[in-house]
Amino acid sequence: MLEARDLACLRGERAVFAGVSFRLAPGAALLLTGANGAGKSSLLRLLAGLLRPAAGALLWEGADALADRAEHARRLRFLSPQDALKPALTPRESLAFAARLHGGGGAPDAALDALGLLPLAELPVRLLSTGQRRRLALARLALAPAPLWLLDEPTLGLDAASVSRLGGLLARHREGGGAVVAATHLPLPLPGAAELRL
Amino acid sequence: MRGGPWFALVAQELRLAARHPGDSLAAVLFFVLVAALFPFGSGPAPEALARSAPGALVASALLAALLPLDRLFGADAEDGTLDQLLLSGLSPAALAGAKAAAHFLTTGPPLLLATPVAAAMLQLPTAAWPAALAALGLSSAFLSLLGTAGAALTLGARRGGALLPLLVLPLAIPAVIFGAAAIEAATAGLPARPMLLLLGALVAAALPLAPLAAGAALREG
Repeated sequence: MLEARDLACLRGERAVFAGVSFRLAPGAALLLTGANGAGKSSLLRLLAGLLRPAAGALLWEGADALADRAEHARRLRFLSPQDALKPALTPRESLAFAARLHGGGGAPDAALDALGLLPLAELPVRLLSTGQRRRLALARLALAPAPLWLLDEPTLGLDAASVSRLGGLLARHREGGGAVVAATHLPLPLPGAAELRL
Repeated sequence: MRGGPWFALVAQELRLAARHPGDSLAAVLFFVLVAALFPFGSGPAPEALARSAPGALVASALLAALLPLDRLFGADAEDGTLDQLLLSGLSPAALAGAKAAAHFLTTGPPLLLATPVAAAMLQLPTAAWPAALAALGLSSAFLSLLGTAGAALTLGARRGGALLPLLVLPLAIPAVIFGAAAIEAATAGLPARPMLLLLGALVAAALPLAPLAAGAALREG
């Protein structure tokens, strides 16, 4: 469904990477690995349409994915290294906003439950720990289905129980024909994932 | 522009502003304090004060509305929210329009509420207060739009906070001219309507242009 052809990325005057090509089938997973600064995050932002490729093409079902960036945005969920949470809101409010922002799909409480956050639903985010915030950011993925998940260090700060919850979430997503691209330094619960070393 | 996400974003901004009432309050207090500085400069003589009142009122309101602009996109860019907003399927221009609307809704009405206080300190005749409210309402809407474009352009710039007023205030000069002229006309017993209409025309011109400019800046950011 997603195909990258000879993607290159420039940051400032410096080439971060060039000639990156891969193909992603429904249900597939791709792990991005590489040293710090190799361009894992840049590649994910590029796949999300947040960065413009300096060269190469990104295709979705054979057509230019970035021609209509709003359309491309609706196909994907992007998990950034920052959690994109507002300290003054509660987890339930944060997810309700995310659901409305993506067109109204998904039940916040079911998503909270999927990450074991239901008991914390009414607590302001500012009182949550680093790992709990990460889980709340991940709960956005469980809101409504989107065919492509782009995850930047999804397990940052997570305990073992939460990593296995994420594993369940990822497995269900892939069984439903969804694809995952994840940048990581840590082992991820993604069996049979291809690896792309930058 | 899709309705649901757009209103969701405006509602979210208003909710966040309600959770941090200090930000709006700071802008209002800044407005009143700047207005209070003028009597110290020009002396307490009512006629001297009343002469400088229209300009002082509009200028202090614009300066106050400028205060929260610095964090308009900055906070969202730092915590990753801006990425999520840009990936919501809303066009960047619609996103900037929602931000401008939220900025106006959180600074405009509080400034209008404080206008009688500032107007009284500046010895503005009560007959001119309705014109003053209309002029300040329109000019703060104009500044919200201009400021959103400025905030998007300076996003990520080192010292963006200092750059923003340098970029926005010169463009706000027409709002000061027409706003102050409307209040002055009302003070002199003349109709303020023509000046307010010109101010309205400024807002109408900025309404489509500023979000487009801001959207283009966000897309490239």
